[in-house]
Formats: sequence, structure tokens, C-alpha cells
Amino acid sequence: MVEVAFFFGAIGALGGAIAVVTLRNPFYAVLALVVHLVFLAGIFLLLLAQFIAAAQIVVYAGAVMVIYVFVAAYVGGIEEPMFDSAPQLRIFGPILAAALFIEISIAVLGSSLIGLGSEGVEKVESGFGTPEAVGKLMLEDFLIAFEAASLLLLVAAVAAIVLAGRKKQSEEAG
Amino acid sequence: MNAASWGWLVLLFPLFGSLLIGSTYRVLPARTAGLVGIGAIAAAFFCGVAALISLQGEPAESRHVADSLWQYASVGGFEIDLGIYVDPLSVFMVLVVTGVSTMIHVYSYSYMKSDEGYHRFFSYLNFFVFSMLLLVLAGNYVLLIVGWAFVGFASYALISFWYRRETATKAGMKAFVINVVGDIGLVLAAILIFRELGVVDYEAVFEKAPEVFTTTNEWTAVAICLLLLVGAFAKSAQMPFHTWLADAMEGPTPVSALIHAATMVTAGVYLIGRSYPLFELAPAASDVAAIGGLVTLLVAGTIAIAVTDLKRIIAYSTMSQIGYMFVGVGIGAYSAGFFHLMTHAFFKALLFMAAGSVIAAMANMQNTDRMKGFYKAMPFTAAMLIIGALALSAFPFTSGWFSKDEILDFAAFRGGWYEVFVIGGYIGAFMTAIYSFRIIFRILPGPPCEEAQHLIDTGHVVHGEPVNPHTGEHEDTEVGYPGSEHHIAEQARGMKIGMSVLGFLALFGGLVQVPGVTEVITHFLEPTFEDSPLAAMHPSTSEAWKGLAKGGIISVAGIAFTWLLYIRRPDLPGMFRRRFKPVYTLCVNLWYGDQVIDFLIVRPFKALGRFADRAVEPFVVGGLTNGTIAVVRSAGDAVRDMQTGMLRGYAVLMLSGIVGIALYFLIRSI
Amino acid sequence: MAIEWYLVLSALLFSVGFTGVLIRRNPVVVLLCLELMLSAGALALISFSRLHGDGDGQVFVLMVLVVAACEVVVGLGLVVAMFRRRIALDVDEMKELRG
Repeated sequence: MVEVAFFFGAIGALGGAIAVVTLRNPFYAVLALVVHLVFLAGIFLLLLAQFIAAAQIVVYAGAVMVIYVFVAAYVGGIEEPMFDSAPQLRIFGPILAAALFIEISIAVLGSSLIGLGSEGVEKVESGFGTPEAVGKLMLEDFLIAFEAASLLLLVAAVAAIVLAGRKKQSEEAG
Repeated sequence: MNAASWGWLVLLFPLFGSLLIGSTYRVLPARTAGLVGIGAIAAAFFCGVAALISLQGEPAESRHVADSLWQYASVGGFEIDLGIYVDPLSVFMVLVVTGVSTMIHVYSYSYMKSDEGYHRFFSYLNFFVFSMLLLVLAGNYVLLIVGWAFVGFASYALISFWYRRETATKAGMKAFVINVVGDIGLVLAAILIFRELGVVDYEAVFEKAPEVFTTTNEWTAVAICLLLLVGAFAKSAQMPFHTWLADAMEGPTPVSALIHAATMVTAGVYLIGRSYPLFELAPAASDVAAIGGLVTLLVAGTIAIAVTDLKRIIAYSTMSQIGYMFVGVGIGAYSAGFFHLMTHAFFKALLFMAAGSVIAAMANMQNTDRMKGFYKAMPFTAAMLIIGALALSAFPFTSGWFSKDEILDFAAFRGGWYEVFVIGGYIGAFMTAIYSFRIIFRILPGPPCEEAQHLIDTGHVVHGEPVNPHTGEHEDTEVGYPGSEHHIAEQARGMKIGMSVLGFLALFGGLVQVPGVTEVITHFLEPTFEDSPLAAMHPSTSEAWKGLAKGGIISVAGIAFTWLLYIRRPDLPGMFRRRFKPVYTLCVNLWYGDQVIDFLIVRPFKALGRFADRAVEPFVVGGLTNGTIAVVRSAGDAVRDMQTGMLRGYAVLMLSGIVGIALYFLIRSI
Repeated sequence: MAIEWYLVLSALLFSVGFTGVLIRRNPVVVLLCLELMLSAGALALISFSRLHGDGDGQVFVLMVLVVAACEVVVGLGLVVAMFRRRIALDVDEMKELRG
């Protein structure tokens, strides 16, 4: 049962990813990514990370992708020619990425990573992956990371305003 | 003051004289420079005498002093001191060198008077004496090499004294190059000595040598001695390293007298005599030395009979006589060999001085074909010439007679195959008489030639155009060429004094070593050679006198034969020349020594140089440098191509890097 | 379900994302592919968190989400700025930082 779910989610995520890369129209690419994220959330659920799955859908697929949609609509989807300036990349890029994939797979499957060698836990405690558990961890063990993340968000918000504001002023001046 | 302190003073005076004259040449008047030069060497002579006296005050076993000024180097067990070794042999050499040098300095005071390079001459001459004294007083093989090299340099500087003459500079370079070949041998010998014995000090080396070389003729001992011989042969112009001596006559006559007759060329003999413990452990090498001396003796004698340039005849005579000295020290007749060194210094320097006088009278022309009738024109010079020739031919009761025949006596005494030296020696003596009196009978008697007549009539030396005596090229009389005036002995007091003293010594100097009567030299040198079994061998007095009688007869016979050839039947020489044309050609062309060396050595080296220039230089050296440049440049180009500014390009590079590193770790973990 | 499946899937998604970065020229799409890579990393983290049974990986993923959001804000702001100044929306045209 788990396997079926896994493959279903995996194919969906993979399909979405490939669609992002290959679809010419950027608007369609954005939508493909949303699909990918939803399927990925499903896989998260398989891994018992309920809170993260929910956060992924709400924050990521919900808020971040919406920004993308706005910008894609605003900027426009110019269908671009793919490989004009660097025809070598057409072949070279996928080959290198494939090489990377193969290497990581070998590393993972060959069990040469120490982390994989250790025995995992078969049963996790109840409450694993719940918001309480995650919240507890964040506020107790990773408090500094939590605070730093909020600082980062502040900085990003300021940056957005600055980027937006400057443009408005130059438009008025120009 | 002990002998060593006097030894240091002996070294100090000539060095100081050289530096003083050299540094003040602009302010010092010429006469003062000459007097400083003479004074320095005379002072050295007196210090040598003082060293002699203080040495003789010691009992015979301890008549040697080694003293060191400071330790020059101490590297990895290799210790070199700036040290001298004063013993009878070195004091003997010091006295001979400084004594004869003083006379030559006095001679040069007048002879070089009109030369623009007067100060330079005396500075160099003093430096030469310093180097020669350093060579004989050195207490270890390294300092010996230093003195050896300095002497080679001084010889070069003095041969090319008239530096604007191309023949002179070429001759100087030739002499120096051949000397350097000898130096290589010497340095290799010193290295081997250090490798085998671990020390280079004379006293230590001679003590350890019999302990390390337990059997005779061990190949390392033979190698050391043969290498020493290379150095000795090159310095003393023995075959096959002889070609430089004849050309060295390009130098002024006092230079020829001092360096190429009395002192520098005898350095090889000194080296063998000093290293006698090593040579007695390798008798094969001693035999090589003696045979080399014999060959040179005979070949040089034949050449001297054939050539006509006055100074060259005397040069080949020097080569021949040094062959005798090599035979002497090679067969173990050490005191005889050094005695001959001393007497040879006297009469050879005298001959050169007289020759200088004659050449001056001929306005710097040196070919004997034109010289005639100087007996009337220059009586004093003529007398000196005759005295020198008599001593050279070992005429009875001259110094040469006692010394040359003592060597041959010893050879006869040793017997066996050493008889060959006796036979060769007597043949050589006969030839010596011929070529010495050939000079006399060609120059002195007969109707005076043009220049001699001019001298008789006007009392002045003929004034010729300054030309190069060999090529006839025109010269001037400014610095770098000989001076405008030519000085002859009759008119220059300095020359007269120098020649008179040496003439006296050439005649009567042999009386110090009359067999059975005085034998001063043998007794004096005994402490140096006390450990030598050969030196202990002594022919009996009656045998010695028999040998002397034989030598005297041969000498007189030779003189008589020459008189016959040149006075009684003057057509005979021409007839001999025609009958024995090939032999004559061989001799007159100096046995083709230059050509042989050119073929064997010069041409291969030149070919090697051309090969290096054409093949090694562009490909190896050029390849290395240009190759490095090309590699660096292409690397730079490659890096430059990466800086495109294109985002995707950078991304690709990053990815390639990641892939590469991951690959590395993957492979490593497998 | 063995953990390796999830990890291989994560590697695959990462490679696909990187390919997209190399191939696409529209900056918006490039940023999208970057998101892909980030989410692949998040998947790996969640897998390990499940393997070890503690929630550290999940907290990490939350941080990744935060960072992704901030990065999107700034990146898209830049894209809009480019659009407003009539610069062609092509990553190959932005070559000022060469040399």
C-alpha cells in the first residue's frame, strides 16, 4: 500500500518537475511547479511529516507560487528560443546533471554513506511530525535558528519594499 | 724569531711590493717603482737566509716547522689551514727563487726603462714572485693549488704584457689554457688525496700515506701521482703539454728569464720532489715522470738544433733541461735534481739576459740568421753568452757539469733498466752542447752584421721601426707595446750587475756540490728526504768522478763538433739539412705539437660547441624555456575563456566541479 | 519502505532542477527550477528525519521554506525591475559581471 502511494506521488512529482523544465510558456511552468509541490506534500505525508506537508501546501504552493503567478502574468510569457547563445549547453548540461544523479545514487545505494548505515527506527513515537513536536523543537533546541529566520523574513520584506519603492520614484521622476 | 715567522715575512714583502707599486703607479716615479720592486725581493731573499740560519740551528730531525695563520675552512671533516711549511727543501727553493729574481729585477730596472708599462711590469713581477713563494712555502695541497693558480695567472699577465700585440695575447691565452688543464689534474689529485687519506696537510698526508697504501702501486696511489704529474707536466712544459712554452717567448725577456727558465717551469719538479712519499708508494708513476722527462729531453733537444729564433732556441733548451730534472726526481735522485734546478736557474737566466741584450742591439729582431759578429760589438754580452753556454753544455768545472752528471750518475747507480736514462741523458748532453754552441758560433764570430757594425761605429743601438718581430706588423711605442729605446748590457748598469752575478754563479756555483768534497746541497736537503730509501742510495765518490769524466768528454766533444760545423766547414749544416730533410722538417715544425693538439683536442671541442649550439641550444634549452612559456600562456588563455560573464556558463562550471569532487570521494571510498 | 527510494527520488528531482537552470533562459523559469532543487533537498531532509526518528530534519525544512520564500521575493523583485527598465528577460543578456 505504501509503495503504491509512493510511486503515485513520485511519478506526479517527477512529472511536474520535468514539465517545469520543458514547458516553453513560463506561466504553464509555474503551474507545473504547483502540481509538483502538491505531490511532494503527499510524499511528505508518507514520511509522517504532517505539519511540514501542510506548511508546504499552505506556504509554498499557496503563497510563494501565487507570487510567481502574479509576476508571470505581469512580466509575460515570452516563448523564448532555447539554445541560441550556447548550443553546447544543450548536450553538456543534461549530461552533467545525469552524471551528478548517478553519482549521488551510487553513493546512496552503495551504502557508503555512514548515515545510511545506521539502523533507523522502525517505530516512531506518537506525536512525531505533529505541530506540537515541531514547535517544541523550534522553540527549545533551535531557538536561534527560529529567531534568525524571522530576521531573514524582515530583511526580505524590507528588500521588497525597497525594490518596489525605488522603481516607483524613478517612474515618477522619469 | 723562528723559521716560520721568517717564512711569513718572505711571503709578505713581495706581496706588499706588488700592491704598493700597483696602487701608486700614477704618483710613483718609474725609478722608485723599480727600486721598490728590487727592494721587496731582496728583502725576501734576506728573510729566506734568516730562515735558513734559524733552521740550521735545529738538530737535523726537527728541521721542519709548520705554521698556520688561520683556519681557512672546516667543512665536514675537511680542514684547510692557511699554513706554511718551512723545511730545507722549501728554504732551498725560496733562496733560489728570490736570489735569481733579485738579479732579474735589477736587470729589468734598466732593460724596461723606456717602456710605458714600467710600473705594471714591476707590480706583476713582484706578484709573480709572491705566488711562486706561496707555492713553495705552502703547507698543504690546497694552498699549493692557490699558489699554482696565481703563478699561472702571473705568467699569463706577463706573457701578454705587451697587450696590444695580438700574437702576445694569443700566446698568453694559450699558456693559461694549457696551465688550466694541468690545474685540473692537480685539483683532482688533491680531491683523491683527501678522499683516501682524509687530510691535505703535508705532514699529515706523508704520515698517513704509508699506512693507507700498504702495497706499492695501489691504483689509487698511482692515480693520485699521475694526476699530480698532469699538473707538473703542464706547468713545466713537458710533453705532451709543451706547446705553450715556445709561444710564451712573446713576453719581455726578463719575463722569459724569470718565469720560463728559472722559476715557474720548475714548479713541477718541486711538486714531485715535495710529494716524494706518495711517488715512492707508486713507483709506476715515478717511472712515468722519468720517462716523460727523457722523451721531452730528447725531442726538445732536436728542435733546439733546428729552429733559428734566438729566444725559442733557449726556450726549447729550457724544456730539455727540465726534462733532466724530471728524470732526476723521477728516479729518486732528489738532491741531484734540485741541484740541477739551481744551476739551471743561474745559467738559463743568464742566457736569456744576454739574449735580451743582443736582441736589443738588433732593434728587437730575434732571428739568428742575420746576427753576426757581436763579439766585437758587445764584448761583455758575448762573454756572458759564452759563460752561459759553457754551463749549459756541462763543460768541465762549470756548475752545469756537476749538476747534470750527478743525475746521470744516480741513474747508472740504480742500474737495471735505468741505464736507458744514462744513454738518453748522454745523447741529450751531446745535443745540448750542439745547440748551445750553435748560438755562440753563429752570433759572435765573423764579420759584424749591419746592426753590429752600427754599434761599433756610432756606439748607439740602431734605431729601427717598431714592428712585431714575427709578423712584421707595424706598431707604435705607446703603452701596450715595447718602448722606443732598446737597452744593451754594455750601456745599462742594471743589466750589467744582474748578469755579472749570475755569470759568477753559473761558473762557480757548482762548487757547493763537488762529490766527495763539499756536497753541501745533499746534506742540506737530507732532512727533507730522510724517509726515502732512494735518497739514501749514494754512488761512491770514485764512481761519481768517473761519471763526471764521461760527461766532460761528451761535452767537449759536442763543442768541438759544433765548432767544426759552424766555423771550419760552414757548408756542413746545409748538407745535413738536405740529407736528412724529413727529420729536419719534423724538427723545424716543432714535431707538429701544435697540430697534434689541434687535431686531438681543439677540433673535438669546437665540434662539441657547434653541436651544443645547433642541437642542444634550440631544442633543449629553447624547448624548456619556450615550452614553459607556452604552457603558462595556454593555461592563462584557458582560464580567460572561462570568464564570459554568462550565468549559465558559470553554472556549468560549478556543476562540473561538484561532479568532479563527488567522483573523487566516490572513488576514494571504494 | 526503504529510505533509499526517497533519497534517489530526491537526487533525481535535484538533477532535473539543475538541468532546468542550465537550459532555460527566462529568469522566472530559472528561479522556478531553483525552487525545484530546494524542494528536492527538503525531501531528503524529511527522509532522514524519518530514518532517525527525531524532528530535527523537519525544523530544517521549515527553515528551507523560509529561505525559499525570501529568495523568491528578492529574485522576482529583480525580475520585475528588469521588466520595468525594458531589459530583455534573458539570463544570457546579463553579462556585466564578467572579467
